[in-house]
Amino acid sequence: MTTKATDRAGVDPGERDGLAGSEAAIKVSGLTKSFGQVRALDGVDLEVAPGTVLGLLGPNGAGKTTAVRVMTTLLKPDAGEVRVAGLDVVHDAAKLRERIGLAGQYAAIDENLTGQENLVMVGRLYGMTRAAATTRATELLVRFELTDAAKRPAKTYSGGMRRRLDLGAALVAKPPVLFLDEPTTGLDPRSRLSVWTTIEELVAEGRTVLLSTQYLDEADRLADTIVVIDKGRVIARGTPDELKDRVGGERLEVRLTDVAQAPVAARTLAPISDEPPVVELDAVKLTVRRRSGIIVEAVRRLDEAGVGVDDIALRRPTLDDVFLALTGHAAEEPDGEQEEAA
Amino acid sequence: MSRLVTDTMIVAERNLVRLTRAPDLLLAFTVQPVMFVLLFVYVFGGAIVVPDFYEDYTAFLLPGIIVQNIAFGGFVTALGLNEDLHKGLIDRFRSLPMARAAVLAGRTLADVATNTLSVLVLLVTGLIIGFSFNASIVEILVGLGLLLLFGYAFSWVFALLGLIVSSPEAANSLGFIAVFPLTFISSAFVPVESMPAALQWFAQINPFTIVVDAMRALWVGAPAGNSIWEAFVWSIALIAVFAPLAVAKYRRAAGN
Repeated sequence: MTTKATDRAGVDPGERDGLAGSEAAIKVSGLTKSFGQVRALDGVDLEVAPGTVLGLLGPNGAGKTTAVRVMTTLLKPDAGEVRVAGLDVVHDAAKLRERIGLAGQYAAIDENLTGQENLVMVGRLYGMTRAAATTRATELLVRFELTDAAKRPAKTYSGGMRRRLDLGAALVAKPPVLFLDEPTTGLDPRSRLSVWTTIEELVAEGRTVLLSTQYLDEADRLADTIVVIDKGRVIARGTPDELKDRVGGERLEVRLTDVAQAPVAARTLAPISDEPPVVELDAVKLTVRRRSGIIVEAVRRLDEAGVGVDDIALRRPTLDDVFLALTGHAAEEPDGEQEEAA
Repeated sequence: MSRLVTDTMIVAERNLVRLTRAPDLLLAFTVQPVMFVLLFVYVFGGAIVVPDFYEDYTAFLLPGIIVQNIAFGGFVTALGLNEDLHKGLIDRFRSLPMARAAVLAGRTLADVATNTLSVLVLLVTGLIIGFSFNASIVEILVGLGLLLLFGYAFSWVFALLGLIVSSPEAANSLGFIAVFPLTFISSAFVPVESMPAALQWFAQINPFTIVVDAMRALWVGAPAGNSIWEAFVWSIALIAVFAPLAVAKYRRAAGN
């Protein structure tokens, strides 16, 4: 990938000095923010070590976007202290904006400008001369494989191309700290994978990344540490492995031919489940450690009890399982939308 | 301060460049006002009795319709800002180390350029259908300056509107509801004396009437009264009120 070489310099040495020593790249303590009656953030603490990725995991409306907006100076916190790259988000906001890059949930690009014009504009707004901004734009267009489309208005771009251009815009000033708010929401699987690769490269260059996401697999792949928030509070934190341990192992889902047999099925399967089996509609769900023969054993037990099985499957824990295990409610709640809209 | 100027120019440039990519908007600045002039002159013109001072309806109408047109010029600002808000561009701008007022200042400055274009188009149309100046070069230029200043003031009104409303459609309909009565209940299209008493009262204190009267004084030599300096005061007062309001709203803009 010679195309990536142009940006290998990554974080400017000067920029990096700001993070010297053991100080956290992002340090949030007691962060509180309300919108009217809605408490979007309720005493959030988190810390991100320089050069690492923190995955901020939570369902829609959990407060992820609000937290990112506070950390990027877009919103003032009601209470608490937030320091990014050694600077206070309230008192040093102007200076901090020179050291962060933000790629939001929506590709924040001007659709009527070309890809190149978008990047040049952002560069000049960072205070670069037109010539310097043009050079930087060209580097980024090469890096994100947008050279062929550079002179086309961005409205002709695909969703993945827009997202790459948006990431490029966040990187114009080579910021040491990068905020990515749900960078792959709404992308097709292939574009998602390409965004993931890009993020991994950015981290390899020594940047600190705070990544908010609704997807456990995304946090699992990219994050060194994960903070799970729900209703404005941190409900769990740790490495992806620690978190999965807390959630428990995999899920065995058994669909029954006769719903009436669900209680019998649950009783029959209880001995092989780590937690009491849950009955949902026509399915019985149980938590199990992956071990060979688990499906066979389940089927044998059910067969002996005379329970008809329609379908049986083993699957990895999802965000829903994390939430179910941590909070006792599912990730997606209809009333959860209001914070994002606030 | 120099940062504000630089950033404002960058944003203004962006808005003018993107305009060339949206030709339909450019039509709004050129074809639409010409259509209105022709409709008014040839459809209504014969039926409207203008004061003896004016040679014909064209001489009466042209300064008025140019003022109405320039007030609407700021519409692009309301629509554009609202779009930027919804597409996350305002968030991006606000996360950049740029001058805080530059996004709005650049936007409204771009309007001055498009307003200049539509004034010229209207003026040429007017001259073709028989309008003639009864003024010195200085008066003509002062008139142009007043038009652009008044248009600039309305751009700030529209900037605030664009940041407040929930969608570009809402900006559109609210803008029309606000500006249409203001421009019609004024001396722009018909003599104020022809209106019912209540409307006459409103028309007389309406800043549109004042600016239209000032334009007629400057361009066709109609009696000025206090209208010329009052028109400038109104324009500056509108900017003084709405620019800080819009900038304050921008700083707290919620985005999506």
